[in-house]
Amino acid sequence: MWRDTVLVAGKDLRIEIRSRVALSQVVPFGVVALALFAFALGPDRAPMAKAAPGLFWVAVLFTTVLAVQRSVSVESSDGARDGLRLSGLDPAGQFLGKLLSVAAQLLALEAVLAVGVVLLFGTRIEAWWLIVASCLLGTLGLAAAGVLYGALSAGLRVKETILPFLLLPVVTPVLLAGTRIWQAALAGGTPSYGSPWFHLLIAFDAVYLALGVVVYGPIQESA
Amino acid sequence: MAPAAPPTSALSLRNVVALSGRFPLLAGVDLEVAVGETVLVEGPNGAGKTSLLRVAAGLVPVASGRLAVLGLDPERYRTTVRRRVGLLAHASHLYDDLTVRENIRFAVRAAGADTGRIDGACERLGLVGRLLRTPAAKLSAGQRRRVALAVLVARAPELWLLDEPHAGLDAAARRLLNELIAEANAAGATVVVASHEPELVADLATRSITVVGGRVTAERSTGDGRPAGDTAVRSTGDGDGDGGPDTVALRAAPVPRPDGGIAHVA
Repeated sequence: MWRDTVLVAGKDLRIEIRSRVALSQVVPFGVVALALFAFALGPDRAPMAKAAPGLFWVAVLFTTVLAVQRSVSVESSDGARDGLRLSGLDPAGQFLGKLLSVAAQLLALEAVLAVGVVLLFGTRIEAWWLIVASCLLGTLGLAAAGVLYGALSAGLRVKETILPFLLLPVVTPVLLAGTRIWQAALAGGTPSYGSPWFHLLIAFDAVYLALGVVVYGPIQESA
Repeated sequence: MAPAAPPTSALSLRNVVALSGRFPLLAGVDLEVAVGETVLVEGPNGAGKTSLLRVAAGLVPVASGRLAVLGLDPERYRTTVRRRVGLLAHASHLYDDLTVRENIRFAVRAAGADTGRIDGACERLGLVGRLLRTPAAKLSAGQRRRVALAVLVARAPELWLLDEPHAGLDAAARRLLNELIAEANAAGATVVVASHEPELVADLATRSITVVGGRVTAERSTGDGRPAGDTAVRSTGDGDGDGGPDTVALRAAPVPRPDGGIAHVA
């Protein structure tokens, strides 16, 4: 399974490096979304700083939809999805490989967006470790749920439009927990690792990782 | 414990029904393909030739009936079966942003096959030099077909399922394809070829079957000197659910002849 994970992740990342879709479309979209939020809130820095954590995660959620759609579309051209099924790759390995690829792209995007939050919203981050931890855990959950729902929507004619409808409601826990942890990080508070919001992220990750490993194969076969 | 005896049947379908939604793709197919055989699948458009190959490859689930591929249940031993079966489909299964070499390497590694065979396969298919570094998006249809064939050659599966393999290939590539089929067969592989151009593989096939309406309506040995599509010598699978081949009076069914005409099997 791990060999297949590395193989699929390497293939997807190589495709992204070649096509530069993430670099030329997904990251700019996230930055534009963040800038629009800043314009909408006006020049007053106080409400901007207060809203910054939520806006960061909303921008991440929107770009997650794009990254997942891209991951799905890579397999839809020239019967590539059938090729992947025929190859005999372990379905769990395929799921984890796609998850790793999407997660790597999202983490790179989040680094850019975090800098954007600091510059556009005038926020000052007091506890970087909280930001890093929440991004790592949040990204894992987003990528797991994204790849799972991406596979579910892959066989549908309306896959482009149905994915946000399926995905965004279920990743609300990531939005909530990520925002709360970021608020603590900006305020200089230090919620411990035992914070309920970290527990929520860890539980979300565990559920979607386990679910993906188990059901990705059957979903692929039935899609 | 003594190792299990190798299967004598490469492909076994017993009254197999396959559906796409509620539409029947296969309507009770009975077919036995022995290990080492080369079988030609003929039939008009929409007859079920592609569906037969996709079912055999495990891409389409069996709704009822029994299917065994290389002696194994493909539902139960999905990964094992798929790694031993190669399907050359209408689509090339290539990633446009990867180069020819990267595509072949990924497909071969994914199937758990020996990557040491890649160079030889590429050379054999004329995929050398700059072409190997060309992204798949820039290839012509014929070149994509050759890359897909190179994957098949490098993987060296035990069961080759070829769907219109000559389509999009020039005359030289068609000859090469036939050589590859003959070599694979000589090496012990079983080959099932669906084709609208039976004359192209007539010399290679040991047997020919005709599929019409999702059923095998006729079957004959191609080594018997009769022209293809001439006479149905046996029908298989009358759909009565008894699971075995049946000798029945066939309904008049149009069967394409290699000369482009239509023979009515009766």
